[in-house]
Amino acid sequence: MSAVITTAAPVIRRRAIPPAVMVAMGWIGFILAIALLAELLRPYGITQMDLKARLRPPVLFGGVWAHPLGTDELGRDVLSRLMVSIRMSVTIAFGATIIAAVLGTTLGFIAAHFRGWVEQVVLMLVDFQASMPFLIIALAVLAFFGNSLPLFIGLMGLYGWERYARMSRGLAAAANSQGYAAAIRQLGARPGRIYLRHILPNIAATLIVAATLSFPEVVLLESGLSFLGLGVQPPMTSLGNMVGYGREYLTRAPWILLTPSVIIVTTTLSVSLVGDWLRDRLDPTLS
Amino acid sequence: MFRFLAIRFGRAALTIVLVVTFAFIVLRLSGDPAVAIMSPEAPPEALAAFRRAWGLDQPIWVQYFRYFGAIAQGELGQSMRDGRPAIVLVLERIPATLMLTIPAFILKVGLGVPAGIQAALHRNSFTDRAVMTMAVAGFTVPSFVLGLILVLVFAVQLGWLPSGGQESWRSAILPVITMGLGGAGVLARFTRSAMLEVLGQPFIRTASAKGVPWPQVVRGHALPNAAIPTVTIVGFMVGSLIAGAVVVESVFSWPGVGRLLVVAVGNRDLAVVQCILLLVACTMVAANLTVDLLYGVLDPRMRARKS
Repeated sequence: MSAVITTAAPVIRRRAIPPAVMVAMGWIGFILAIALLAELLRPYGITQMDLKARLRPPVLFGGVWAHPLGTDELGRDVLSRLMVSIRMSVTIAFGATIIAAVLGTTLGFIAAHFRGWVEQVVLMLVDFQASMPFLIIALAVLAFFGNSLPLFIGLMGLYGWERYARMSRGLAAAANSQGYAAAIRQLGARPGRIYLRHILPNIAATLIVAATLSFPEVVLLESGLSFLGLGVQPPMTSLGNMVGYGREYLTRAPWILLTPSVIIVTTTLSVSLVGDWLRDRLDPTLS
Repeated sequence: MFRFLAIRFGRAALTIVLVVTFAFIVLRLSGDPAVAIMSPEAPPEALAAFRRAWGLDQPIWVQYFRYFGAIAQGELGQSMRDGRPAIVLVLERIPATLMLTIPAFILKVGLGVPAGIQAALHRNSFTDRAVMTMAVAGFTVPSFVLGLILVLVFAVQLGWLPSGGQESWRSAILPVITMGLGGAGVLARFTRSAMLEVLGQPFIRTASAKGVPWPQVVRGHALPNAAIPTVTIVGFMVGSLIAGAVVVESVFSWPGVGRLLVVAVGNRDLAVVQCILLLVACTMVAANLTVDLLYGVLDPRMRARKS
């Protein structure tokens, strides 16, 4: 065995975007385009049934061009449902990531500003959130309050807030001891202005990277809950919801389940690749 | 060392208190707990008796302390579905869950840790790339997709293994693989970065430079130091065994705690949900505490440090 010693210090390289990241970015763009244009692109309504064309396979497996990805057992077009599901899952993941980032960053700033017992309370909540599996908390809340779409998005918005809080608290505390924050304070700026106009732009890159890394986890969480029948409720549809429903037809019509599965895996993979690349590029201290 | 332990025990107790408080708050916010726990069809006398027993006519802070008292005595209410105590329902499901989670945990650690170490020792080699690809796949393929694909291949197409249920030990194979592979990927990725971090330290270079054979440097210097962050994540995995079982048990219709939780949430069987919530919290806390104690064993510096 050769004694290869590697240096752990990461080197920031300014080089061209790797091909895998390019492909991932292209795929994310494609998924976003579908999410935005789902209502225009979908060939059929998601509840539109065609009882004469039930359980048709995708076109490459002996199906017809009228239903390129086949149909389910009520003759509903899988492609149309897939597009609307992408729209739903992307909307929830975006909404939830933004809520978590805003909530976490605000709490982190509050902790960094007031210090003392306020900081201790925020840190206690952070520890609590980090020590409980989020899935269990989410299931408990859904059991106690029942399910509706706004509540569900709000609940997903609690996912990962503690990471933003921890990060923004540390970064804001560091910024407070730097010259620029002290200077603007000496000039008489209010705390709101200091944090939002001066500190936030300085730490935004780190928070955006964290959000990119958290986004696929939200997609997986949402699809997991919807798969269990506890997330997005019919007649609405999401990717996890389609997988859960397609499970009933695993042997006769595996395409109902496989098409949304492929979308979930490729999308989370793409966002993770881009997130890792952004992290290495913008902020080598995060790991 | 004593102070270190005292602080850790204090934290563990605080987490349990917070979970109970969380359960108390959501229970109060979600409506009349008497109706919620007993069922809306319960006779009014029973509801009144329940309210008296749980002190729901008392001020809110008295209720809060009484709630702690009730939980400390194991009074976790009855299941809405068959009227049996929730705690009994949960306890009888635990063996089935352990039947999946213990082998899955062994698979995770047995596969993930050595793979991560190998990947770090041969950085940028074919092994490293293969391990990292598997690790990323383990993270991005959700367990329900992996589980269903395994069912499609090994149960439906090949017919080698059962697709669900709990008839024989063969039924456990697919769920264990589903649970184990994802976790192994996460663990491999984590072990690799912990190892790389340690291998870049000056003491490794010193040990090599003074002529210690490389295998001995790895065994004597690198592994013990990389063990500390790895033990943390392994501890978290032990604590979240039940959470990990939720989806996989549902995919394979395995009658464990996770499946019970999903059904209870669907039926809004609050007593059972509350009971599982506390069970998970206790498992997490116990696992974290064990990790903290292990730190003391693994890292002599911790014993000297104050917190």
